[in-house]
Amino acid sequence: MSYLIFFIAATGTLAGAIGVIMLKDPFYSVLALVVHLISLAVLFMLLQAEFVAAAQVVVYAGAVMVLYVFVVSYIGGQNLTTGQGPGRAGTLGAFACGAALVIELFIAVLGSGLKAIGTTGAHTAAGFGNPERIGALFLTKFLAPFEIASYLLLLAAVGAVTLARRRGGLEDGVEDPARISVADFMRPRPYYTGTLAEGFGHPDSLSASHAAERQERPT
Amino acid sequence: MTIAWYLAVSAIIFVIGAAGVLIRRNPLVILLCLELMLNAANLALIGFSKMWGNNAGQIFALIVMVVAACEVTVGLGVIVAMHRHRLPADVDAMRELRG
Repeated sequence: MSYLIFFIAATGTLAGAIGVIMLKDPFYSVLALVVHLISLAVLFMLLQAEFVAAAQVVVYAGAVMVLYVFVVSYIGGQNLTTGQGPGRAGTLGAFACGAALVIELFIAVLGSGLKAIGTTGAHTAAGFGNPERIGALFLTKFLAPFEIASYLLLLAAVGAVTLARRRGGLEDGVEDPARISVADFMRPRPYYTGTLAEGFGHPDSLSASHAAERQERPT
Repeated sequence: MTIAWYLAVSAIIFVIGAAGVLIRRNPLVILLCLELMLNAANLALIGFSKMWGNNAGQIFALIVMVVAACEVTVGLGVIVAMHRHRLPADVDAMRELRG
């Protein structure tokens, strides 16, 4: 039975992975990645990693993929890659590199001489990989990586907001950013400063030139 | 199934991701291919975790997932910023850091 489940899940992961790189539309690539991730969660279950499988489905296939879908819908398909592709020689070269890499990895991993690689793994106790065990390890032996991961997530969230926000707030009346003075920071800010309305472009937040620019943008 | 089968699947997924980075030029798809490679590493880590009967590999895989989530967040932020500046979604056309 586990053989059957393994082959179905492995086929799903490989098909999803090939779909990601072969489908033209980025939206379909994201959906193929969802198939890949859910099949991979099944493989994790087979390896007795219940908590990691659940986190994979909830965090990856749930949250991260929703983020991808939002961004793909926001960017839209109108500005797909323009100009010349990598060309026939480039694609063939990429596949040659891939074939060389897969042969190398097979030699490196399967020919590594690890004795246990041909077994189904060590005999494990009943609670191997359940949330209780993982949580206990995270709060005792691996406390430092756990805390560092939380700081990393905070930094990434702040960085992403800083990168993706619409620059606003001081634009009105300040033509040249090089000539910003302290007095500009003392001016009262509009009422929507710091809210989502600023990020998405409140009608009041756009000066006349910005408004005209916004009108001509195809949305 | 023996651990070797899982490692073989992991190696193939990694190579598919690497080939995707080489042949695709849309930055969104390149980020997806990076996800594929990180997931291949996760599968290998969990396979070795089962092989040794040690939970440390699963902890490692969870930390890799956290790092992947951070990478996706910042990468998508960069892509949205590129879109705001009306730059083409093409990594070959991205030649400047200044924005």
